[in-house]
Amino acid sequence: MAKITSSLVSRLVIIIPYAWLLFFFLIPFFIVFRISLSETAIAMPPYTPVFDLSEGLSGILESMRAFSADNYVWLTEDALYFNAYVSSIVIATVSTVLTLLIGYPIAYGMAKAPRSMRPMLLMMVILPFWTSFLIRVYAWIAILKPEGLLNQFLIATGLIDQPLIILNTNAAVYIGIVYSYLPFMVLPIYSALEKMDHALIEAAQDLGCTPTAAFWRVTFPLSLPGVIAGCLLVFIPAVGEFVIPDLLGGSETLMIGKTLWNEFNANRDWPVSSAVATILLLILVIPIVYFQNVQSRADGEER
Amino acid sequence: MVRWSRFNIASVVLGFGFLYLPIVLLVIFSFNESRLVTVWAGFSTKWYTQLWYNRGLLDAAWVTVRVALLSATVATVLGTMAALTLVRYSRFRGRVLFSGMVYAPLVMPEVITGLSLLLLFVAIGLDRGFWTITLAHITFTMCFVAVVVQSRLLSFDRSIEEAALDLGATPVRAFFAITLPVIAPAVFSGWVLAFTLSLDDLVIASFTTGPGATTLPMKIYSQVRLGVTPEINAICTILIGIVALGVVIASLVTRRREIQRDRDERAAFAVSS
Repeated sequence: MAKITSSLVSRLVIIIPYAWLLFFFLIPFFIVFRISLSETAIAMPPYTPVFDLSEGLSGILESMRAFSADNYVWLTEDALYFNAYVSSIVIATVSTVLTLLIGYPIAYGMAKAPRSMRPMLLMMVILPFWTSFLIRVYAWIAILKPEGLLNQFLIATGLIDQPLIILNTNAAVYIGIVYSYLPFMVLPIYSALEKMDHALIEAAQDLGCTPTAAFWRVTFPLSLPGVIAGCLLVFIPAVGEFVIPDLLGGSETLMIGKTLWNEFNANRDWPVSSAVATILLLILVIPIVYFQNVQSRADGEER
Repeated sequence: MVRWSRFNIASVVLGFGFLYLPIVLLVIFSFNESRLVTVWAGFSTKWYTQLWYNRGLLDAAWVTVRVALLSATVATVLGTMAALTLVRYSRFRGRVLFSGMVYAPLVMPEVITGLSLLLLFVAIGLDRGFWTITLAHITFTMCFVAVVVQSRLLSFDRSIEEAALDLGATPVRAFFAITLPVIAPAVFSGWVLAFTLSLDDLVIASFTTGPGATTLPMKIYSQVRLGVTPEINAICTILIGIVALGVVIASLVTRRREIQRDRDERAAFAVSS
């Protein structure tokens, strides 16, 4: 095999994106952590500097002593933050389960579709994903409003006589998350199901399995990698979701992404928002690392 | 044999209905005569003509398109490099960290990415505005490009490239003459994906922007907060139209290439036999 690793060009191919991600993705997290330890100040930028490199090592050591955990103490003292974390996790979990329940049959139906139709179906799942997230969330406001299209339809068909209040409740947030993240669930499950050898199902049925038993004992376990990838792709971003709870949720909807946004934009409290972000990241570190393992394992298998 | 049962068909049809109905309704009501977005009062294109006179909106659209074009292009180059690194170099120091940094942004909540990039820009003293949004967009979209290109590279038959190397081509030449043309459709769809992600982004752009650079999603968001209006439906319809057109063109290009490749392969086979 021709090894080209020695050449300068191939080294650059590694170094350039590596350096980019280090600088713009990894290092910023350390800055967030650093600022979460500083104190709020009425200035621009609105925090007291924690490091001053111009004073050299002694300056850094000096400033280390000025680190304060005040922002974290503040987060534990105010129940608002704790509740927002818990409620974000609950909302994300429920939405992930709902998305799975709706997404699995769609992916299953697509994988069973005639081979010639599959590329088109795949295209149709991807297409909404390419249209703006904001627009898709916005579209639901007109549908869910008290005088909106859903209520008009339900009243016209005589199913209800009082409009349902859905907009600005948690129900609307669930609908929004399921709707926006559905393609993320369908695609990995579909690709797992599509790769599956149908002879396995036939074998199970020949050996006396009912179709239902064959599904639960053969098909579902084989699609599990797709299910896990799909659930992580929905759950992790949903925990920190901002646009959906802000536009569809109401005052009862507590989500940490919204809290962080308000802390940052309305209260201009950068250190506290940094502390909120740091804790959110700590909560999400385990699922994120797990997601990376699933991803790299999937790549390894294909090789 | 595989059977497409009634249950399968129903779940696909209902699922697609759920995915498309809100968008279709949004498009329909952008042509509504009335100011109300939920009561149909006749066909009209007046909201589109009004858009034309909305300076703030047009400026925002122009900023957004420039950010998207620039960031998608740089992200495609960086993302393709990252994909090559992931697929070709299985062992180098810090590979685990590297693949972690490529996959993590795919799921990272936008509020975290946005806040952390803003704090970086403040720390290094960069003036916030057009350029900081562009840098932020390059960073998160390059990972999506990397994943798209990576999946194509994994199924790429390396022996043709090795043949080129054996015949004396330099690695750079072999890449541009052999590998790039083969993975070009994936690189192109990576670019389109990066472009639409950048066009779409509200949260990261809001964090990293400064005075003077307002993007279209930021403009739409501030208007949506005031209420649903047919003008917003009209802007959204135009954006959906642009994206749909882009996707159709992208798929036509890909299909054309595939047909061409099939024809070439058949021709080559005919000659050799």
